[in-house]
Amino acid sequence: MWLWFHKLSTARHFYALATRLTPWLGWLTGLTIALGLYMGLVVAPIDYQQKDAYRIMFVHVPSAWMSMMIYTMMAVSGAIGLIWRIKLAHVACTAAATIGASFTLITLVTGSIWGKPMWGAWWAWDARLTSELILLFLYLGFIALESAIPDRAKGQKAGAILLLAGVVNIPIIHYSVLWWHTLHQTASVSKFGIPSIHISMLIPLLVMTVGFTLLFLTILALRMRAMILETEHQSKWLRQLEESG
Amino acid sequence: MTRAFGALLKRDLTLVVRTPGDYTTPVIFFVVCTTLFSFVAGKDIAVLKSIGPGVIWVSALLASMLSLEGLFRSDYEDGTLEQILTALAPLPLMVLAKAIAHWISTGVPLLLISPILGILMNLDSHSTAILVVTIAISTPTFSLIGIFGSALVISQKKAGMLLSLLTLPLCVPILIFSVSAVSAAADQLPIAGHLMLLGAFFVFTLTLSPFATAGALRIMLSN
Repeated sequence: MWLWFHKLSTARHFYALATRLTPWLGWLTGLTIALGLYMGLVVAPIDYQQKDAYRIMFVHVPSAWMSMMIYTMMAVSGAIGLIWRIKLAHVACTAAATIGASFTLITLVTGSIWGKPMWGAWWAWDARLTSELILLFLYLGFIALESAIPDRAKGQKAGAILLLAGVVNIPIIHYSVLWWHTLHQTASVSKFGIPSIHISMLIPLLVMTVGFTLLFLTILALRMRAMILETEHQSKWLRQLEESG
Repeated sequence: MTRAFGALLKRDLTLVVRTPGDYTTPVIFFVVCTTLFSFVAGKDIAVLKSIGPGVIWVSALLASMLSLEGLFRSDYEDGTLEQILTALAPLPLMVLAKAIAHWISTGVPLLLISPILGILMNLDSHSTAILVVTIAISTPTFSLIGIFGSALVISQKKAGMLLSLLTLPLCVPILIFSVSAVSAAADQLPIAGHLMLLGAFFVFTLTLSPFATAGALRIMLSN
């Protein structure tokens, strides 16, 4: 197990595995998202209060979950990179940052599209919105720091430290922002206790979340492969791979 | 260990005393920035009074962040920092000495000028007192967060913008509780909870920042 893990953490083996998995991941992503969209947009019943407008939830909520999950994943990966000096973990951080920032932006944009008919405002300085916006700033800070340091390895390590500082601060930021009177509906899906959302809406939501996670993994694999090609373009194994076809 | 700490603190403070720009510029920036907002608010004293604490706070935050850019710069360029890194004294302690020197050279002057700005913003004496107390608790936290940020951007020529982008989001909680403490004081509400939280943030950053900063410095100066 450990040996396998160790083997995978080298660029060469990861590259081979990612090349094999990417098409599968891609198709699976497409199918899951198509299924989730069908269930969410066609099968799920109309909400008695928000009518059809609530259906944007099937994009909005999974993106919000992804935006938080990716940041956590980046922080864990950054810590792994710093502690065990695994280069690939840093590559994963860099590759994930832009995807995470995109999901955060999608969350904010779909949120304001949803907010306009429901609250009558595109934007409200509400706790969850503001935390999400700050999360976007944290992503942008990480991307800016990495791109500002010319030495890539050094930039990635510095970025990993920043991620750790950010992940420690996120709960603090979130709870301090909660101090304001909040307009947002409270989280209706939680692991503990019975979710306050009806099962016919919950299933498409979960399917969409799985789809978005797969989408993230697909793009991550593609981006990591591209980055490996960029940094390892002179290494022997890559040339051999090219020659063999 | 304590000798090295004292020596570095003394050296940094001596450097500050000999370059008056280091401690006067942040203060002037603080005053100018606050003044600019009063033009935006117009002649309406009620508006000015309601946004006053926030304006003073944002200006103080910007003033302490902008002064951080040069914190490691000259030491980095002339090689002093490498000497500090190779010294026997623990690096987090040395970082702490630099943070304290930064706070004395920028936080304290900001603190001293803030009551005057409170008066300019038409705050009553009780809120002004609370404003000064919040600034006293929070500027050390800013120095500690900022020193971490400036260690990360140490190799950048023009680091001010990047440094702000990295550190300002981390300062949001402090801003929220400081401003709501002053607003609560203006409404005669209890403020002990706010102040305790600000104190907690300070202790929290005091414990973590020196180690994070030391880690960042080691990475940035490694070859």
